[in-house]
Amino acid sequence: MRGARRPQGGGYSSNANTMNSNQIRPIGPILIDIENITKDYVMGEEIVHALRGVSLQIRSNEYIAIMGPSGSGKSTLMNMLGCLDTPTSGRYEFNGRDVSAMNDDELAAIRNREIGFVFQTFNLLPRADSLRNVELPLVYAGIDSETRRERAARVLQDVGLGDRLHHKPNELSGGQRQRVAIARALVNDPSIILADEPTGNLDSKTGEEIMALFESLYRRGHTIILVTHEADIARHARRTVHLRDGFIESDDGAVAREFEAAAAS
Amino acid sequence: MKRFTYELSESWKIAVAQMRSNKTRSTLTALGVIIGIVAVTLMGTAIAGIQVGFDKSMAIFGDDVLYVSQWPWKPVDDWWNYRDRKKIKTEYAEPINRIISATPNSNLVVAVPTSSLLRSVKYADSEVSNVLIRGTVSDYIITSTFDFQEGRFFNELESRAGANVCVIGYDVADALFPSERPIDKSVLINGQPFKVIGVISRQGTFLGLFSLDSIVVMPLPAFQKYFSAKSDSDILVKLKDKTRLAEARDELTGIMRRVRGLAPEKKDDFSINEQQALKSTLDPIKNSIAIAGLFVTGLSLFVGAIGIMNITFVSVKERTREIGTRKALGARRRTILLQFLIESTALCLLGGFIGLTFAYAMCAGIGKAFPSFPIHFSLGLVVVSMAVSILTGLFSGFAPAWTASRLDPVAALRYE
Repeated sequence: MRGARRPQGGGYSSNANTMNSNQIRPIGPILIDIENITKDYVMGEEIVHALRGVSLQIRSNEYIAIMGPSGSGKSTLMNMLGCLDTPTSGRYEFNGRDVSAMNDDELAAIRNREIGFVFQTFNLLPRADSLRNVELPLVYAGIDSETRRERAARVLQDVGLGDRLHHKPNELSGGQRQRVAIARALVNDPSIILADEPTGNLDSKTGEEIMALFESLYRRGHTIILVTHEADIARHARRTVHLRDGFIESDDGAVAREFEAAAAS
Repeated sequence: MKRFTYELSESWKIAVAQMRSNKTRSTLTALGVIIGIVAVTLMGTAIAGIQVGFDKSMAIFGDDVLYVSQWPWKPVDDWWNYRDRKKIKTEYAEPINRIISATPNSNLVVAVPTSSLLRSVKYADSEVSNVLIRGTVSDYIITSTFDFQEGRFFNELESRAGANVCVIGYDVADALFPSERPIDKSVLINGQPFKVIGVISRQGTFLGLFSLDSIVVMPLPAFQKYFSAKSDSDILVKLKDKTRLAEARDELTGIMRRVRGLAPEKKDDFSINEQQALKSTLDPIKNSIAIAGLFVTGLSLFVGAIGIMNITFVSVKERTREIGTRKALGARRRTILLQFLIESTALCLLGGFIGLTFAYAMCAGIGKAFPSFPIHFSLGLVVVSMAVSILTGLFSGFAPAWTASRLDPVAALRYE
C-alpha cells in the first residue's frame, strides 16, 4: 500500500526548464489515477451533476493546484481525491487500489495513512493543545502514546512551532494555527497533502509564509494538491488544473507530460 | 486491539474534557440520573426492607407450628364448601394430645387450643379498642416466638383454674400505662377485671397491616367464662422436627379425622395451615409491590436517561465539524460511536456515583431517625446501581452516537 513513496530529495531534472521559476520536474510513479468520474447529487427534486466525467492523473512529488469558480465541481473533486466521498461512476485508483468500491472504514484507513488534510478553517480541536491536535491521526493509526508524542513534537518543530507544543488553538495566531494543522497533516507521513484554500482565512503576509512552508515541503519531496480559487496562490504550484461546470477546462500537466516525452526521446 | 485501547483512552480523555468545559450543562443533565438513581436505590433498600420485615412477620407464626382451622390460609373459590364446616373447638386439644402421647415416634409435640375475639381494654380513664383477646393454655408459650419485656406468662395452675390474670401486648401496655408499671394492675375487659402478670416485648406489625402488639392473652377457662360467644378457635400444634413437615401434617390430618370421627370416604372438614402456605400466598403480592415500585422509580431514571440522550444529541450537533475533522483524519465509524457512547456513559456514571452517595446518606439518616424501619443498604445494591448507570449511559448514548458515526464526512466538514 505504501509502495510508491515520494522520491527523497533527488531526481531533480533541468530538462524541462522552459517555465522559469515554475519548473516542471520529472516525477514519480502515478499516485492518483482518476478516469471519467462523475458525481451526482440529489437536491430536492433536482439532480445536480457536480462532476460530469473528469479524468486526472497525479504523480508522486507533484505540486498541483486545482482551480475553478464556485460551482465548478472543485470541492467535489477535492472530496473525491481526499477519499471523503465516492464517485457516482468512474474509476479512482489510489496507489493502485480501487477506491471507488471501498466502504466507509476502508476509506477512513486510506485518509488516515495516505492523505494529510489542511483546511481553510484549520479545524483544530479547540480544547486540545498543539501536541494533542497533531497526535490525533496517530491515535487513529494505533500508535502508542510515547511514539505519538515524539513524532508530533518533531513535526511541530519542523513547521517552526517547537516552542508552542502546549498552546491551545485560541492561544495561537492564525498562521500558527495553520502550521499546527499542517503538522497534523504531515505527522502520519502521508502520500499526499491535500490543502483546501489553506490561506483563505489568513492575511496575505501570513498566507505567503504558509505558501513558503508548502514550497519547502514540496522541495523535500512531498506531493501537494492545492484547491483554491485565487490565482496568486495557485501560482505556487507547478501544475494547474482548471475546472468549469464539472469538466476539466484546462490542465497544464498534459503539457508537462509532453515535455517529459520530448525530453525522453 | 492495541488501536482499540488507544481509541478508548482517547475517548475517555475527550469525555472528561467535555464534562469539564460544560460544567453547568453536565451537572444539570447528570441531575436527572442522580435523581433516578436515588429513587431506584431507595426503592431497592425499601424492597429489601420489606423483605426483611416480611420474613420477620412470618417468623411470628413459627416455622414449626401447624394450625388446625376451619379456613385454609389461601384464597378459595368455593368458599361455600368451607363456610358450613363445623367450627374448630378448643376441646379437640385434649384428645389430640392423648393420641400424640400414645403414638410412638410421633412427629408432634403438643396441641394448644386458642380462641380469640376483639374487645376493648380499659384501665382507669384510658381505653384501647379492637384489642385481640386470646384465651389459651400455658403451653401456648411453647408455640410462640415472643419474649417478655417484664413479668411472665401464666403457669399451668392458673391456666387450668381459669384465674383472672392476663398478659398484655406492648401497645396495650403503652396506651394504658404510659407512666406506671402495668404488673399487678387490673385492666377491665367486658367489665371484668384481669390482673396483668406480664408484658410481651414489642413484636412490630404484621406486614405493616396490623399491630401484633395489640393483644391480651388469658387462660382459656377464664376466656370461655366471659367471652364464649362468637369467638374463633384454632388448635396450634408444635412439631418435633420442622424438616419433616409433610409427615407431621399427615399425622395431624389422621388424628383430626379420628377426633372428628370422619368415615374414610368423607373429605377433611378442617384445614391444616402452616407458615409456608401463607408465605406462598403472600409472596406474589410482595413481588408485585416490588415490581410496581421498581417500575415507577425506574420511570424517573428513564426520564434522566432521556435527558442524557437529548444532551448527547445536542453535543453531536454542536460538534458536527469536529466529527467531520476526526473522520477526515481517519476516525472510523466505530471510533466515533465509541467516543459518544463513552461520553454519555461517563455522564451517567458520574450521576450514578453522586446519586448513590446521596442515597447512602439518606439511608443512614432514615436508619437513625426510624430505627424500627427495616432499611437495607448492601454492596449488591451498589454494584447493581453502578451497572444500571452504565446501562443507562449506553442506552441513552446509543442513538446519538449512532447518528454521529453515520455522519457523512463531507457534509459534517461543511456544517456551520
